[in-house]
This record gives sequence, C-alpha cells and structure tokens, in this order.
Amino acid sequence: MTVLELDGELVRRARELAERAAAPVVDLARTHTTVSVERAVLRLAGLTGTDPVLGDGEVPWVNRVVDAVRDQVGLEHGVALPVWHALGGGGSLQELAEQVGAGTARFSIPADPEPARAAARAAVATGIARIDANRARRDELVALHGDPPRRPWIYLIVATGDIYEDIPQAQAAARAGADVIAVIRSTGQSLLDYVPEGATRTGYAGTYATGENFRLMRAALDDVGAELGRYVRLTNYASGLCMPEIAVLAGLERLDMMLNDAMYGILFRDINPRRTFVDQRFSRMVHARAGIIINTGEDNYLTTADAVDEAHTVTVSQLLNETLAHEAGLEDWQLGLGHAFEINPAVPESFRLELAHALLARGLFPDAPLKWMPPTKHMTGDVFGGYLLDGFFNLAGALTGQGILLVGMMTEAVVTPWLSDRDLALRNVRYVLEAAGNLHEDFAPPRGGFIDRRAHTVLTEAVQLLERIADHPQGLIQAIADGTFGITKRSPDGGKGLDGVARLAADAYNPAMELMERVDA
Amino acid sequence: MRPYGDTTGDGMVQTSFTLPVPPGPRAEGAALQLAHKMGIEPAMVVHSHGIGEGFTFFVVYGSVKHLVDLDAVHVEVRAYPLLSPGEVNAAIKTRMRRSLVVLGACIGTDAHTVGIDAILNLKGFAGEKGLEYYREMQVANLGAQVSVPELVHAARARRADAVLVSQVVTQKDAHLRNTRELAGAFREAMGEARPLLVVGGPRFDPAMAAELGVDKVFGRGTTPGEVASYLVHALVPEEEPL
Repeated sequence: MTVLELDGELVRRARELAERAAAPVVDLARTHTTVSVERAVLRLAGLTGTDPVLGDGEVPWVNRVVDAVRDQVGLEHGVALPVWHALGGGGSLQELAEQVGAGTARFSIPADPEPARAAARAAVATGIARIDANRARRDELVALHGDPPRRPWIYLIVATGDIYEDIPQAQAAARAGADVIAVIRSTGQSLLDYVPEGATRTGYAGTYATGENFRLMRAALDDVGAELGRYVRLTNYASGLCMPEIAVLAGLERLDMMLNDAMYGILFRDINPRRTFVDQRFSRMVHARAGIIINTGEDNYLTTADAVDEAHTVTVSQLLNETLAHEAGLEDWQLGLGHAFEINPAVPESFRLELAHALLARGLFPDAPLKWMPPTKHMTGDVFGGYLLDGFFNLAGALTGQGILLVGMMTEAVVTPWLSDRDLALRNVRYVLEAAGNLHEDFAPPRGGFIDRRAHTVLTEAVQLLERIADHPQGLIQAIADGTFGITKRSPDGGKGLDGVARLAADAYNPAMELMERVDA
Repeated sequence: MRPYGDTTGDGMVQTSFTLPVPPGPRAEGAALQLAHKMGIEPAMVVHSHGIGEGFTFFVVYGSVKHLVDLDAVHVEVRAYPLLSPGEVNAAIKTRMRRSLVVLGACIGTDAHTVGIDAILNLKGFAGEKGLEYYREMQVANLGAQVSVPELVHAARARRADAVLVSQVVTQKDAHLRNTRELAGAFREAMGEARPLLVVGGPRFDPAMAAELGVDKVFGRGTTPGEVASYLVHALVPEEEPL
C-alpha cells in the first residue's frame, strides 16, 4: 500500500495535542449523564414499546420512565438505582412503566443500594449478552459467507422513507455489487428526543431509525448475503439527541457500521455540546463492545468550507475523533474516519491535491478503514461532468487505499438516485477498481514532490490549529464556543438538549457503563 | 428552430431512460415506441443494458420533429435575483455595513422545527447551507413553541432585521391563525419599526402574504438560498451608502 513517509515528530505532536484538547471532553463525559444515556440503559434491560395513552401513542416507555425518575428524584443518580429499587417488590420493567403511565409509580434512592445495583446489573447484562452474541454471529457469518473480495468496500445509500420499499432496493443494490447498505434517516430525526417505534413507512427524504426497521433490514440483508455468498453490512446513524439509544438498538439488531461523529451534531445541528459529548462517549462504548465500525463526518466540513483552504480542519477532526474513540474503547479497525473529494475541479492540480489529502489520512491512520466520500459540492447537475468527476474520485480511492468508498451519483443535487443512476454509478466503480485497483503498487509519490509537500503543509496547519485548541482552558469545548472550527460558534450552554444533561452524584450508578468498562480493563 | 446536433435544423437529441422490461428485442422495440411518442423520429437505440431482473436502461439518439417557437417563450422573472452565499455576504457587507440580524422560531403549539431548522441550521436543505453559514448574518434560532409575545420581545432586544417563522401544523388552519396573530402583535408593539416578517411551511400559499399581514410567505420546497436572496432584496439598500 502506498504510504507517504510522514514526519514522525509532527505526527507525534499532533496526537499529543489532540489528546490534550480532548481531555476536558472526556472529563465532562465521565462526570455527567443524559436522559438518552439513561434511556439506553433501560433499553439494554429490555424495556420496549410506547405509552398508548399519551399524545398519539408515539412516546416510548423509556422516555416516560426516565422523565418520571427525573421529576421525582433527579437524574444525577442515574435511573438504575431508583428503577430497580422500585422493582424490589417484584414485577417487570414493563409493569413499572405502565404504573408510570398511570401516575402511580413512586421512585426513591435506596439507603442500601446493593440489592438494586445487583438487580439492575443482571437485567442490563441480558442486553449486553445479546450484543455480544450478535458480534459473535457476525464473525460466524463473515467466516461462512466471506468478506468483500477487495478494498475499498462499496457503500451505497438507500432511502425511500418506507422500510418496505427500502428492503427490495437494498437487496437489489447488494446484488449489483454493494458491500455496505446505509439507510439514510428521515430529515430531522436527529432533533427528536425519542426514538420512534415499530416499522415505519412515512419518512421524509429518509427512513426513521427504529429497532424494528433495523431488524427487518438486517434479516433482508442476511438473506441476500447468503444468496450472494458475501456478508452484506448494514449502516445507520447514531447521531442527534438519541445517539446512545440508537447505538444500543444497533448492537441489539447487529448493525455493522454507524455514523458517529464527535462534533457533527454540535456544529451542524446546534445540539448542545455537553449533551453531545456525554452521549458520544456512551454510544462509542456500545459500538466498541458490539464490534461496530464507526464512520465519522469530516466530509461535512468540506461541504461548507473550501476543501483546499480548510483541508487541515479535516485532519484535526480526524485526530480528535480518533483520540475520543480510543478513549471509549474503539480499536483502529473500527475507525471509519471520514474525508471527501470536494476540491473544486476548476482549481489547477485539483486531483493531485486530492491525492495528497487522501494519502495524508492514509499515512496518519494506517490501520483505520478510512471512509472516502464522493464529490457533492461541485456536482452541478451536469451529469456527464459529474460522471467523470466520480470516476476520478473512484480512482483516487483505489490509488490511496481507502477502506470504505461511498458510491457517488452523477445525479447528486438533481434527484434522489434512480435505479439507473445507481447502476451507472456502480459500473463506474467496477470499471475503475478492475482497471486500476492495484495501481497503488506502482504509485510512489517522491519525497519532496508536490504530493508529499502538500501533505506536510496540511499536517503542519493541523498541528497549528490543534495548538490553538489545546491552549484553550476548556480545550475543545471552549474552542468550539470561540468558533475555532471556522464554521460557527457553539456555546457550551446553548443548543438543543442541555436540559437533558445532569452532573453525576457520588452514588450514581450506571450498570451498562460498569459492564462495558469491565471488559475494556 | 430545432435542436442542433451537427447541422442546422437536424433536430438531434439524445435521451436516456429505464423501462421495466427484461433486455432483448422486445425491450428495444418498447424503447423505440416511447421515443416515437416523444416525437423522436427516426430514433436509434444506440445502447441498452439490463439492470437487475426485469429492467432495461436505454440511450436513444434521434431527430425530434417538434419546433421551438421563440416568440412564444415567456420566462417567469423572480422579483429578485437568486444570489450565492458569497454574493449575499458581499451585498450585506458593502451596502449595509453591519450584520443582518435574523431571528427564527416555530410559534404556537407547533413543535415541528424541521422547516425553520432546514432554513437556519448550518446543515441546510436540498444541498444548500442554512443561514447560519452566511458570515454576514447573525442568526438566532429560538426553536419550538415560542409564544408571540416572547418572539416580539426577542426581536426588539436583538434588534432583529427579520423574523422567520415556520409552521407545519395546519389543523383547523392553525398556521393561518398563528400568522395573523404574529403580524398583529408586531404591528401593535413596534408599528412601522417592526422587523421584516417572513413565514413559511408546506401548506402556505405564497400569494397570501398581504392577506396575512406579513411581508413574505414561502411554500413547500423553499431553500435557504431563496430566503437569503429575498432578505437581501427586502432589507439591503440597492446602493452602497455614501
């Protein structure tokens, strides 16, 4: 594999700064909990369903129970102690939820926490055991059917809004060569403070992420994987206000990859930074346990900022995502760090610049399956020009050893992909990989040449930005508030979801954290 | 006049489409029939291939028999030009010489912030970044279920140039009632000095602005760029200040 020889001292400095910049975030996450983390605990213990009486019956029981605990005893102890203390006299979690619905449930913090802790631990362990079993089952299926025959894995998006339409489209995409199917979520789901329930048919520009939708798609892809003799991976989005719960649902239903970025929700969705960082750490612990590969969202920076001027912000974000992911227990093979082919094609040497940026990421993260995102910003509706650009994108992906290649559509920004658009896009990928998939063997950019110099320029700029971030008293948190990322300023006390964050009390107990951390140790 | 391939008047066009039939002579016949009905005659299927089971993709070249009558072409002109984010920023910076202050909210009981978020959030909508992306705009999104008095208060405190309100829920015409209440409250509290009032939502009729007492109504599918362009048109002076 082609790897640039990066300046080792500069690389060490970058990692050290990233760790320092992220330290306050880790502290924050360790000392706080959120409503969604607590709901995720109840989901691991098996609580499902919605309150049929409230609203249109869309409010999940996990929301009802967590809200009731918060109202009665606060969130700062976690929900495990009050909930399993209330269950001490017998009865199921489901029955307790119904008492919450009826307004008769009473919560308190037990004087002797041990019985409630033991009961909570046992209940949550059943969910963790199911996640472990799913991980083992994935390994079995990969051993049985096999992995895709080459890298990069071909990643294709499906999104009709209706899970029953998505299924045949996803199966068709797998038959046409897709290794990874991503089901895009309905517009705005990231801002819902609950996870919808059941099979859904009414998403807008995407399909709701629900446990049942996950289950249906998983089963359909297992079927087509057996038919094709190739394990077909399923992807969804652990982002937004319910990140921890979606991560749990993904683990329970054997999803294989999850979009899970440290800062995306803060910068692009105006979700409160504290909420995001606390939710983030828990969800990443779940992904680590479940053997799920995360995909980070650095491509998004380049859709707003200039891909040449701001290339170093991608590197900085990758380094921050890496350090936060490692801290949460994820291993290198699980880090689908993102980057994108978004340089304006009118810029001279644009392709060489793309190669430099892609090789920089490859060199910095040699063991991570990098996620290579196609052009979107300069796809103008000229479908012929777009097809050519996608071809160059595919070539850059093959030449620089990217791990996951999101298939670009020539009709990007025109229509949601037609059947023929997907087919043509996959033909483009196949042609490039078959014609030039091993070209990296012959491709060695010389030291001191254009590509090498550009990669080092970007890395140097990244180190300078990391220095500025790490010098902030609250590291990354304050840097985001100051608009250091150049996109927008997000105050630690602003944005959506802050009221769902609580500082942990000394007696707080989260059995899921305990069970997941135990294995890491 | 006719389309131009390589000779004046040859009428040549190319098109591509997919039919839900397996590939083969029958599929090509079906493609030719469609091309003929589209006015392409003679038509040539220059390429076809199957997609999955039961679909065929075609590329067709041919001469279209229709004529274009240039005199009969009428172009709808938007009352204001569509500007790129760079042009919007430049217009505000050079002609207003301060940030343009935008306040957004969902009012009444409406908890659906999808609309206002699509216009304001950096993430944006339909491939366009939201107004937060515009360097020269100062954007505050108050979120859902903001009361009209709160909104008036916030607009005054922040000296908002424009107030953007989205409404999704239309039960019993709640969106129209809420909008009239909004317009009335701003008129009463601030009179002529009130900010520009812009409402939007999937069920609004853009022709209703005057009737509702607001400055502009945006309907389904409106993108952040259209809103930004309108704000420049309505709020930024035509010429640079002397």
